[in-house]
Order: sequence, then structure tokens, then C-alpha cells
Amino acid sequence: MLLIDCPYCGPRSEIEFRCGGESHVQRPGPHDAASDEQWADYLFYRHNPKGEHRERWLHMAGCGQWFNVARDTVTHKITAIYRMGETIDAGAGS
Amino acid sequence: MTRTYSALSLLREGFNAQQGWQPAWRDAEPKSHYDAIVIGGGGHGLATAYYLAKNHGITNVALIERGWIGGGNTGRNTTIIRSNYFFPETANFFEFSVKLYEGLSKALNYNIMFSQRGMWTLAHDRHGLEMLRRSANAMLLNGIDAELHDGAMVRKLIPGLNENPRFPILGGLNQPRGGSARHDAVAWGYARAASALGVDIIQNCEVHDFIVENGHVRGVVTSHGAIRSDTVGMAVAGHSSVVAAKAGVRLPIQSFALQAFVSEPVKPCLDTVVLSPATGTYLSQSDKGELVLGAGLDLYLSYAQRGNIPWMERAAAGVVELFPAFSRLRFLRQWAGICDVVHDSTPIISKTDLGGFYVNCGWGTGGFKAIPAGGWCLAHAMATGEAHPLARGFGLDRFRTGALIDEASASGIAH
Ligand SMILES: Cc1cc2nc3c(=O)[nH]c(=O)nc-3n(C[C@H](O)[C@H](O)[C@H](O)COP(=O)(O)OP(=O)(O)OC[C@H]3O[C@@H](n4cnc5c(N)ncnc54)[C@H](O)[C@@H]3O)c2cc1C
Ligand SMILES: [Zn+2]
Repeated sequence: MLLIDCPYCGPRSEIEFRCGGESHVQRPGPHDAASDEQWADYLFYRHNPKGEHRERWLHMAGCGQWFNVARDTVTHKITAIYRMGETIDAGAGS
Repeated sequence: MTRTYSALSLLREGFNAQQGWQPAWRDAEPKSHYDAIVIGGGGHGLATAYYLAKNHGITNVALIERGWIGGGNTGRNTTIIRSNYFFPETANFFEFSVKLYEGLSKALNYNIMFSQRGMWTLAHDRHGLEMLRRSANAMLLNGIDAELHDGAMVRKLIPGLNENPRFPILGGLNQPRGGSARHDAVAWGYARAASALGVDIIQNCEVHDFIVENGHVRGVVTSHGAIRSDTVGMAVAGHSSVVAAKAGVRLPIQSFALQAFVSEPVKPCLDTVVLSPATGTYLSQSDKGELVLGAGLDLYLSYAQRGNIPWMERAAAGVVELFPAFSRLRFLRQWAGICDVVHDSTPIISKTDLGGFYVNCGWGTGGFKAIPAGGWCLAHAMATGEAHPLARGFGLDRFRTGALIDEASASGIAH
């Protein structure tokens, strides 16, 4: 079970949150210039790593804010939490 | 020496102090070259190897499993078999699979304990009932058995349901030919039959990399060294995107943990399978007497085969809401498997951009029921280079063309 340290509310139990999937996915554009491959990539293809993953979480039953989490998909250890719009270097959390 | 299983062989071995039984399959060491390699010793990989030999006469085949066969999702699932899908492509495919299951014990000479005890989906509100009605109509149009019953009839047919539930039971959809089978027996039965036809079952051998020459696969690099073949099929469930990436192939798959539980064993009390989407659980009773129950996916990526506690609690609450008498039972075991989830909840059985490399994945939470058909169709693709007619809509190209077969929303398929 995850203990997630919301940047706005502090540590709360996993059940208060919802995971919104991979962070930093860029929508291709302009829309009429993007190829079918680019659209498929944007819509359906994710990194799905076995190891550190950058993902968005929503504090649904709390402040209602989105933020980013770096989490290991094998150990589930959370190594970094940072706000929307921010980026961190690969492996920066660990 | 006893090779075929029958009442007669049981009797004979009884007189022979059980000395003549042979190991069910040969534990093989890899050769340097094969006509085809199948990666992954779950049900889909084993069935693929068997049908390569049986249907296509390709017997010089290596089945490579990094752990022990059936140790992945095949040995971790709740074994529900059904074909209550919505779209013709999926309905036909899963119905073909149920039909193969119906003859499988005989075909493999191995008792897979397929018990067609029915599979119920319950509706707890008016909208749920409308969805069941729609589902029943789709099934009947697809030529699949379906029975819709009102709440009173459901109670009559499934004893023990809550008399005074918080979520009223307004109706239920039964697929009488649905049911469950023994998961290990499916893996072992296919392994035994494939081995008898000449397939090498190689366990404790992990595929680390692929040998690629001029855009064509030429073999795999394993923990036991290089093994060459110009045709490689992959059926590794939750690890699909990780393994395919070594071949330079990307897959639209995300890996999530799905967990299941068994209670302590009790006398027979539930003779069918009950799925209740509203309470978030489904259950059946195994031949050993344990209640087998499952939950929903943990909705964040995971390669850890354990599953989270909130779902455990929710599944238990759902069971107690449905069957108050089960509130006294204790969980005996809990575990999880890593499921290969695709956007439309329709499988992928496809060639790839790498020549000679074929994939079978995207089963999500519901690929046990598909093992015979999944193996049949991957073997067909590997042997002929063409998609089997039943799997034509299951290609990777659908994510580019947009021709998704959206069972995720059409039948709200959870498992
Ligand atoms: C808890 C749970 C309940 C489920 N309930 C149901 C159900 O009721 N009905 C249903 O139809 N389906 C159900 N499923 C889904 C079903 O179990 C799977 O879809 C199905 O078993 C997938 O079979 P498979 O052969 O593709 O994968 P697996 O059985 O997982 O086999 C894949 C194999 O590949 C091996 N492998 C991975 N990487 C490598 C490598 N690099 N080299 C060599 N080998 C490798 C693994 O060790 C594994 O043995 C459930 C799943 C879970 C987890
Ligand atoms: Zn918060």
C-alpha cells in the first residue's frame, strides 16, 4: 500500500488518490500535420518501464490537485514528487 | 511404462505399485537451432507450441520459459471461462476457445477439469439490467448461449444470496456453458502433449535479447546461450513490452497487477460462477472447497506480483454483501499476476515490424479463457505468416488505423 506525500497536503493513504498514467506525454501538432503513427504513439503507446516511472497522480479525496511522482514499478518505492509543469532528471529521485 | 492416461492405466499402475508412471513432459536442454521458438511457458505459449506441432507439423520447436511453466498468470488466475463478448470478432474468437476447451481433456488426454457450471453477471440497478439485456441480445445474435433471469429467479438458482442487500439484485445474465477449469492442468496438459510431439520444453531459461539480421529475427540470446531460429513467437503477458523492446518492437501495452484470493476450504456451497460488477468482485468455489475470489486491477503500473490492500478489502466487502454467510470465512492465500492491458481490451495476435517475430498479448485480466484459441492463432501466424481468420482484427495495425475493437466499453469487460 502506498503512502503518497501530496505536495499540498502531506502524506496520505493511497486510497485518496488516483493515478493518471505516464507524465510528460506531448500531444503532437499541429493536428493536421501529425501522422497516423504520431497519433497512435500519443494515444496508445506508453513506456511501461520495469523500473522508475514518471506518472501523474490526482489527490482526488483531498485538495483535488495534480502532481508528478517518480515511482519504481517493481518495488513501488516513491523516489520523487514534483509539481505539474516541472521536470526532473532521469534517476534524480533515486 | 505408462504413457496414456485412462481408467485402464490407473488400474494397471495400481497393480504395479505406481512404478510405471513417466514424467509428463521431457525437461529439455536447448539445442542450437530450431524451426520455431516460442518465448513464454504460460498457457498461450504452451498452446502455441502444441498447435505448431499438431496443426502444422512443425515439431522442431523450443518453448522457452524463464521460470517454471504455468508460473505466470496462467497459474495465478481465477480460471473463469466464458464467451459473453459484444462484437462479432471477439465473440467468435472466444466462442471458438470455449469450444476447444470443451474437447480439450480428450484432445490432450489430460483432465483439465473443465466444469461448465454457468457464469452469472448480476445487475443491481436499472441501468445494469439494461446493459445485461443488451449483452444477452448481442450474445444471442452472435450464436452464444445466454439466459436473462429476473431477481427472483436468480435467488432461486443461486442459493445463499443476501436476503436484505444494500445493492438489490434485480436480475442476472447466465452463460450456462461458461465455468472454470484447472489452471495448472491446462499448462501441464499442453506441455505434455507438445513434448510428446517433439517440442522441447526448456524451463529456467530467460530470453535476454534477440538476434536480428537485416530486419529479420534470427534467434534469441538466453541465459543458456544463443538459440537460433528464423521464426519466433512471444507470449509473455505482463512482460510483453519489456521483452519486445529487446527486439526493437514497441507495444501499446501497460502492465498492471491483478490480485485474487482463496478462502479456507468449506463444504460445497456455491455451484456456479458469480460476477457482480457493482460490488467489484466475483467468486466461485474450487473442487478443494475454497472460495476463489477476484478483484479489479490496481490502477498504477506494477511488475510486483502482490496487489494492494484496498482492493483486498473491497473484494471481501463485496463477497459479504452478496453472501452474508461467507463473512465468517478467512482468507487463506492472496497473490497477484501482472496483466498486459491494451486500450480496447481486445487481444493482440500479430506479426510485427521485425520479420519472423510474432506476438500474442493484450489479454489483460481475461486471457485464461482464450488459451486454446490464442495458441491456435499464434501458431497459425508463425506457420503461415498470415493472420488466422479469427484473429484478423487483432493486429497491431489497428492502433494506427483506429479500427479498435472496443470491448473495454462495449461489454465492460473486466476479466
Ligand atoms: C489474479 C488473476 C485472475 C485472473 N482471472 C482470470 C479469469 O478468471 N479468466 C480468464 O480468462 N483470465 C483470467 N486472468 C488472466 C489470465 O490469467 C491471463 O490472461 C493468461 O493466463 C495469460 O496467459 P499467458 O500464457 O499469456 O501468460 P503467463 O501465464 O503469464 O505466461 C507468460 C510466461 O512468460 C514468461 N516470461 C516472461 N518473460 C520471459 C523471458 N524474458 N524469457 C522467458 N520467459 C519469460 C513468464 O515467466 C511466464 O511464465 C487472470 C489473471 C490474474 C493475474
Ligand atoms: Zn493534496
